[in-house]
Amino acid sequence: MKNDKLTPSIAEAVRQCGLRDGMTISFHHHLRNGDYVLNMVLDTVAGMGIRGLTVNASSLFDTHMPIVDHIKNGVVTGLEADYISGGVGAHISRGILKKPVIFRSHGGRPYDIERGASPVDVAFIAAPTSDPMGNCTGKTGPSACGSLGYAFPDALYAKKVVVITDNLVPYPLQDWSIDETHVDCVVKVDQIGDPSGIVSGTTKITRDPVGLVMADTAAKVIAASGLLKDGFSFQTGAGGASLAAAKYLKDIMLRERICGSFGLGGITGYMVDMLNEGCFETLLDVQCFDLKAVESIRTNPRHREISAMHYASPGARSAVVDSLDVVILGATEIDLDFNVNVHTDSQGRIMGGSGGHSDTAAGAKLAMIIAPLSRARLPIVMEHVTCVSTPGETVDVLVTQKGVAVNPRQKELAQRLRDAGLPVCGIDELKARAEAMTGVPQPIARGDRPVAEVLYRDGSHLDTIYNV
Amino acid sequence: MSSLVRKSAAGTMESSDVFVEIEPADGLEIEIESVVQQQFGQAIEQAVRDVLCGQGVTGARVRLTDRGALECVIRARVETAVRRGKESA
Repeated sequence: MKNDKLTPSIAEAVRQCGLRDGMTISFHHHLRNGDYVLNMVLDTVAGMGIRGLTVNASSLFDTHMPIVDHIKNGVVTGLEADYISGGVGAHISRGILKKPVIFRSHGGRPYDIERGASPVDVAFIAAPTSDPMGNCTGKTGPSACGSLGYAFPDALYAKKVVVITDNLVPYPLQDWSIDETHVDCVVKVDQIGDPSGIVSGTTKITRDPVGLVMADTAAKVIAASGLLKDGFSFQTGAGGASLAAAKYLKDIMLRERICGSFGLGGITGYMVDMLNEGCFETLLDVQCFDLKAVESIRTNPRHREISAMHYASPGARSAVVDSLDVVILGATEIDLDFNVNVHTDSQGRIMGGSGGHSDTAAGAKLAMIIAPLSRARLPIVMEHVTCVSTPGETVDVLVTQKGVAVNPRQKELAQRLRDAGLPVCGIDELKARAEAMTGVPQPIARGDRPVAEVLYRDGSHLDTIYNV
Repeated sequence: MSSLVRKSAAGTMESSDVFVEIEPADGLEIEIESVVQQQFGQAIEQAVRDVLCGQGVTGARVRLTDRGALECVIRARVETAVRRGKESA
């Protein structure tokens, strides 16, 4: 019997995996802004004198600010991610990395790892519960995060896999997510994360009247689209207005006794309520956003964990996004061709990333962007977005508080919405209405050094982000 | 039309608002810090000069901390700060 997986320290696991200068290590982001593991591992490898590493993280949050120092001191020289929050993003935008960051989507990342376009040498998997052989799960333990969906490609395709846990249980862990056949080492540490940063206690619906108007309109657009009937499937984000849209949608579904098939995505307590009240048969969950979602995935067999590949990989024989009816998405900017930016703010500074934005937009029958006409004097609709995160040909409708713009490719949808009495107008009209309030913004200056390359889900090049 | 007699302020630091501080000085000094500096910096300064001119203020040190306020908000906040600065305490 192989009984030597349990390794006394991260450093020992790093040695056993043969990590050397220039290799690629990977991390998943289910512990979100409470994650300790990425920083622990980078501190350890820095202390061991290993340099020139590429970090492939499904997402980076501001809790990962120490990576900035590891970049400056040469421990980390390459970065690949699906999302980078504003704190770390500001440093990247200043140009601290010689090599541009590679941005992928949540579907593109597993596709590129699986097909070898983005090989991983050692994957570090933060596991809220594991047994000594590496059967592990996110559903239980003091640092429970629910689904481990984004960690599956790392576990399946990395050359070496290290599970790091703070809750070691006797073999065999019964309800595992990732199984021992993939795992080389298991390390027990005191804490893998700060529970208050891993999941929020409650998800709140916006009280902003503009947000509520947009949400109400969004629900009416879905109802008028012809897609809202038995078997309906739906994904929405955790943003205030998106959640409010889900609330109005739920009201319509309960009133008209519509029983949907599945809710998808990053799952919030709100989607759990919709499941429990009969709006959906199933939730398919790649990431939990709050405690209610974690509790639900642990206890309700109709709330299923799915892998990143199953969620959105364009290389899969099929992925759930391919069966999705409606997705509600946000935007920092959208342009006259319906291209959407979720990577940078309007100064061009990195503060986000695709996540599943472009994957769900490509898969869903109705991809809806919900955004106010302007934010802090900046119109949402631009001539050209600062960065193309999601191509306009996959975006169907923009909902604002003043009107609904339908992609000209969707003539039938536009007619349905008009017939339902919704305020349909051209996207150029929304731009003009915003600019009448805000004035016409002067173009922003940007540097001439690429700091990030944005890849589409199929691996093709979408856009380049420059230093600011 | 009277000139400024004291230091005053108007507005807030909330998003989409502007915080205006103004005090008597020789000549006009306008300092603008804005989240939309690149897009609207010039337009903001022009709006401030317009209001000061309309209020007959020729000597003032004005400092704006702008959180993306619309032009009508900027004009209203500057005008309020000026009026407060003209009132004797």
